[in-house]
Amino acid sequence: MNALRAAVAAAAVAVALVLQVSVFPHLAWDGIVPNLCLLVVVGAALTQGTSFAMVLGFGAGVALDLAPPADHVAGRWALALVLVAYVAGRVRQGARPSVGAVVATVAASSFVGTSVFALSGLVLDDPALGIPELLEVIGVALLWDLLLTPLVLPAVMAVFRRIEPDRAIA
Amino acid sequence: MIRDRPATRERRWRSPGERPPSSPALLVALVLACLSLMTLDQAGDGSPLEPARRVAGEVLGPVEVATATVVRPFTAVPDWFRSRGSMHDDLIALQAENSRLRSDLATQGYDRNRLEEYDGLTAAARSLGYSLVPARVVGLGSSQSFSSTVTIDAGTDAGLQPDLTVINNDGLVGRVLRVTRSTATVLLIVDADSVVGGRVGESMEVGFLHGRGVIGDQGRLDLELVDQRAVPAKHDAVVTWGSEAGGPYVSGIPVGRVTTVYSSLRETSQRAVIDPFVDFGALDLVGVVVPSGTASDRAVIESDGSLR
Repeated sequence: MNALRAAVAAAAVAVALVLQVSVFPHLAWDGIVPNLCLLVVVGAALTQGTSFAMVLGFGAGVALDLAPPADHVAGRWALALVLVAYVAGRVRQGARPSVGAVVATVAASSFVGTSVFALSGLVLDDPALGIPELLEVIGVALLWDLLLTPLVLPAVMAVFRRIEPDRAIA
Repeated sequence: MIRDRPATRERRWRSPGERPPSSPALLVALVLACLSLMTLDQAGDGSPLEPARRVAGEVLGPVEVATATVVRPFTAVPDWFRSRGSMHDDLIALQAENSRLRSDLATQGYDRNRLEEYDGLTAAARSLGYSLVPARVVGLGSSQSFSSTVTIDAGTDAGLQPDLTVINNDGLVGRVLRVTRSTATVLLIVDADSVVGGRVGESMEVGFLHGRGVIGDQGRLDLELVDQRAVPAKHDAVVTWGSEAGGPYVSGIPVGRVTTVYSSLRETSQRAVIDPFVDFGALDLVGVVVPSGTASDRAVIESDGSLR
């Protein structure tokens, strides 16, 4: 079951990554696209628990860091998504999360994810961008992620629940 | 029901409502892994992660190319509705002609100066002795990553290598950072890390163009002139200055137009803001400048305009 879960998670991340890089730029606002990989990690955190989601977040982050158009210091998205998984896992309660809780989790995760990435860039002096631009990008990315939540998260969570109904807390 | 039994029994061992343990040790381990990745990759060009990037590119590059090919007809649908058939063709032809005339105009001052100064016709002919490998943009880095890079669908098979100039019919796009067999990553000139040697076409003053890391309508470049007394005029065109053997940027490619000039007292230099000719939000067809006679897997546009 574990191998299946890992394979499904990897496939979900790969699909999200390719969509994010090749399809959504056509709809992008000033180059800002919805962070589908982050949504997959949040979905995993809400259904499969923090530990699994943190490992998945690390994998998805490394993929984002290495996949073709990326040119920043590797490990930055990995760090951001590991922390996102941790935050989203904290939110998970014993019961099936309500719609409001899911939306709030996505909002918090998107904010944490983009901010951690931006802050790591400030520390490493990678992008050399001003704070106003950073805040604008964080805000727009948050709106994008919320907009995509009703389309992506139910599907992701349903898939994760189906592969391992025992472990998912129904 | 039978299948469920072990799980319910197992659950009974925990107090109801208790979360499964989320180990802080795992979090610490993963964060440390991320930090070591960053440390390893800080080295820049000789980074030990470069082979990993290459593998990721070899695997994901073709997938991106395929996805972009599938999506392209759909992204073209609005165009099709806006103007049908021949109108559309006329529009494209006129746009191409417009771009060509505009780039002629932009480089006119530069060309004239060059001829007047010292270049002979032979030098001009040699500077034209490049060929273009056509390629399409198949992936854009998101702005959340704060770097302006794109993937194009040409790689080593098409004769590409790192540090080649990438242009489109409006002007300079960027340079090739790294290549895989079928794709290449291009650093756009608006990226915050990008520095291009630029020359003001009218006055021949040289300087450096720094990207601001913003794509879209506000995408601008800052020009810092080497000669601190030189003041570029508004609407002056800026072209690349070029370097030995044409790498990373060949000379004489139009970059943009001066929009504002201001002097910085602290750095005692003139700075000009350049509006690039290329619309980086809508990049599609680009050309990679390769030495004439490069072997390629596709038709190469030769310097005299013929296809090979």
